[in-house]
Amino acid sequence: MLRETTTGLPRRRRAPLGLGLVLGLVALGLAVVGSVAVGAKGLPPSVVLDALLHHDPADPDHLIIWQVRVPRTLVGLLAGAALGLAGVIIQGVTRNPLADPGILGVNAGASLCVVVAISVAGIDSMTGYVWFAFLGAALAAVVVYGVGSLGRDGATPLKIALTGAACEAAFRSLTTGILVSDNATYEQFRFWQVGSLAGRDAAVVTQALPFLIAGFVLALASARTLNGLALGDDVARGLGQNVPAGRALCALAVVVLCGTATAMAGPIAFVGLMVPHAARLITGPDHRWLLPYSMVLAPLVLLVADIIGRLVAQPGELQVGIVTAAIGAPVFIALVRRKRVRG
Amino acid sequence: MTTVMAVQRRTARRTAVVTLVLAAAVLAVFLLALSIGDFPIALPDVVRTLFGNGTVRDNYIVLRLRLPRALAGLLAGFAFGLSGALFQRVLRNPLASPDVIGVTAGSSLAAVLCLITFGVTGAIVPAAALVGGLVTSVLIYALAWRRGVTGHRLVLVGIGVAALAASAMSYFLTRSDVRIATQALVWITGSFARVSWTEVRMAAVFLVVLVPAALLLGRALSVLQLGDDAAKGLGLRVERVRLGLLALAAELCGVATSVGGPIAFVALVSGPIATRVLRTGRPGLLPSALVGALITLLADFAAQHLLSGTHQLPVGVVTGAVGAPYLLFLLATANRGGRS
Repeated sequence: MLRETTTGLPRRRRAPLGLGLVLGLVALGLAVVGSVAVGAKGLPPSVVLDALLHHDPADPDHLIIWQVRVPRTLVGLLAGAALGLAGVIIQGVTRNPLADPGILGVNAGASLCVVVAISVAGIDSMTGYVWFAFLGAALAAVVVYGVGSLGRDGATPLKIALTGAACEAAFRSLTTGILVSDNATYEQFRFWQVGSLAGRDAAVVTQALPFLIAGFVLALASARTLNGLALGDDVARGLGQNVPAGRALCALAVVVLCGTATAMAGPIAFVGLMVPHAARLITGPDHRWLLPYSMVLAPLVLLVADIIGRLVAQPGELQVGIVTAAIGAPVFIALVRRKRVRG
Repeated sequence: MTTVMAVQRRTARRTAVVTLVLAAAVLAVFLLALSIGDFPIALPDVVRTLFGNGTVRDNYIVLRLRLPRALAGLLAGFAFGLSGALFQRVLRNPLASPDVIGVTAGSSLAAVLCLITFGVTGAIVPAAALVGGLVTSVLIYALAWRRGVTGHRLVLVGIGVAALAASAMSYFLTRSDVRIATQALVWITGSFARVSWTEVRMAAVFLVVLVPAALLLGRALSVLQLGDDAAKGLGLRVERVRLGLLALAAELCGVATSVGGPIAFVALVSGPIATRVLRTGRPGLLPSALVGALITLLADFAAQHLLSGTHQLPVGVVTGAVGAPYLLFLLATANRGGRS
């Protein structure tokens, strides 16, 4: 599939970019190994390997590996890939380098629904949050995109961004309105709100997987549409693309990916914003490379951030959302200061 | 040529009329806020009390209980509206309001640190918020500086800093007793419920200096609007004026936040609303500030009296919940699509 999508590129660039993607995958593999091996309880590599190969349910160490670290790693891997892809698509569709699930109100929509779930429906498990977060993200994206594309000239980047900011503020105030009068809900919500990979069990992954696979396929298939849209609506139309349909498919992919990622890990800042910018520095503007690169780099960032969070604050840990922001903000600002990130 | 002048004259007249109407509306809502409550006081009595001839009861209710809160709404809203319009016009980006680019996030983080990590309350919190906002603005400006500052880069850097501050805040909010965390949450949402004369006096002193300075220096905006090269050609020291205007905008925002917290959305929508009412295509500074004051007073009025009984919402909840649909409405009905 990868070979097929690269045929349009000059031969000179193809080999290094392909090699880079392989290197990225190797690094991601190392991060996965690290994420399974490192934790609050120091387990020697032999035990880790033994647990993975010959699972013994009676051994507490094996239980740690299988019930805590493996689901956690899987959540990081999948949520990261989803955020990376969603970031590329949002930035591509809106032609807006500021676009991010957080800025476009998708995270705030998910948060609002989770708060309603806790407060009104009394849901108190991660597996329960997933559906509500998903619903909220979907509603937010539909509202933002729907309102943003009203008016004569359709969904301009600026209108989408403003609509997103407006919706985010509205959702956040409703969320706060519930939280300030309901201590019990706030007690639960504030831990979800930080964004963390900890405490998710295998059921979360199983529930999310079908959505994610659909989202991944949609996202990777949207490369050509995004390349067209990058040239402007008129050129895209001239190239024979159905612009509204392409946009709608992209929006659907973003909803599915952001909704599921937020449902799994909470509102994680910066990964969807930062990774596509970093990837663009390597690949240039071609979405056929940008999408797979972001899909590999984003989970790498997320897993490394999670490992760092487990190591720096022992015996406790920093939630991954804090670490991604702490790493992401300086990197992002450095990127902004370079001329290559254009408006 | 004559038609151009006629249009200009009509625009100027419209601006003056709109400004007067807005000022009258602000005054009306302000008096209403003093008059209505658990113990209603008739408007003539309110006015008499304000001029120092009230009864003991009216003096207590109006001057001690209601006036600080109403003044806080007036001053904070005015400063937010002015600050937002300045940011949006200097940076030529409708997203560049202090709540988007991280100035209020810095204020909030400082306040949360006071409330949660150091366990401090009282007048230190608003002072810390003011300092936090200013430090953050300097940081954002310094980080965005690269042989001059462009609006685009400043917004991007600001969003980065805002996200960092927001996540640090979320983290500190998980590190405390839920009741203290709720208090902090109310603070970072924005509320005038606990405002006293101390905060109001502090804000008034700052605003007496900042507002005239902003309006005066703001006259350069129409030259700045022509583009950097043209403005330089006309003898304007572009970088210096821009820095001055941004510094004033940041300070206005810091003062506003120190009064009642970072009330969502007022700074972001005041400019666009003023633009729409004025039909000039860009937000006038004084009308934007008045729109900010009007929104904030109305929102605080709703926050106090919307829900029955003792239940009160923080004002920030109302501004977000009401302001956002209005901005959406503006976006949906604007024919020009908001390209600027």
